[in-house]
Amino acid sequence: MIELVEYIAKALVDHPENVSVNQVEGEQSIILELKVDPEDMGKVIGKQGRIAKAIRTVVKAAAAKEGKRVVVEII
Amino acid sequence: MRYVEKQSKTVEDAVELALKDLNADRDQVEIEVLDEGNRGILGFLAKAAKVRVTLKKKPEEIAIEFVEQLMKRLGYSVDVELEDVGEFIKIHIKGENVGPIIGRHGSTLDAIQYLVNLVVNKDTQEYHRIIIDVENYRKRREESLEKLAQNIARRVKSTRKSFSLEPMLAYERRIIHTALQSDQEIVTKSVGEEPNRRIIISLK
Repeated sequence: MIELVEYIAKALVDHPENVSVNQVEGEQSIILELKVDPEDMGKVIGKQGRIAKAIRTVVKAAAAKEGKRVVVEII
Repeated sequence: MRYVEKQSKTVEDAVELALKDLNADRDQVEIEVLDEGNRGILGFLAKAAKVRVTLKKKPEEIAIEFVEQLMKRLGYSVDVELEDVGEFIKIHIKGENVGPIIGRHGSTLDAIQYLVNLVVNKDTQEYHRIIIDVENYRKRREESLEKLAQNIARRVKSTRKSFSLEPMLAYERRIIHTALQSDQEIVTKSVGEEPNRRIIISLK
């Protein structure tokens, strides 16, 4: 799951070297904290959060397979 | 990525040599001048110009690579095929148990397609539109939307009342508009703001 978010984020930003994803595991859910270069924030969030929403939708498809709830947070 | 380095009297000459080697046009490559060179004085102290010319990936190559990598990380072993590079770059994903890739009303597929379009157009001047299909889902959806359009049009004519459809994406609305374009008694228009923009079908 980490690799998935990392791969998508790196493909979108101008500074892929500054992308990192941290996984925090809860009982029923996994939180994926995505960190990018401050300059790249817009590239992973998008107008009205459209890009962030698309990333979450794709991740949800992967999570459904594993039967866990996954939350992607951009920090 | 493929690149060649060339030396010649001038940068221009070196670039020409490299393009010949790569069998490419100027807009398909990235040119990096490694050394401007120097003509010297009457041939003395002359230094060759040096360039590195890199073949840029074609948009369809970027798109396919992204989708393949995404599918791998999503845990699907599927075939990703390039179908068309005309007005749209069309990519078809084929495999078994691909329902989750499509999602409810194609929501996951639309998200993937949106991301692919962003990635492919990140560094390009020209905008390339990429359409991704999974096991002919879009084709089937297109057919059912056309059928829906005809059914609603018939209903509008018999009841003489306008009918409002559920919110749809731009390309889905276009299918409805196109399907009823030639109907002389019907007009279609889109109202509302994305993502709740919807079509209203009414009598002329």
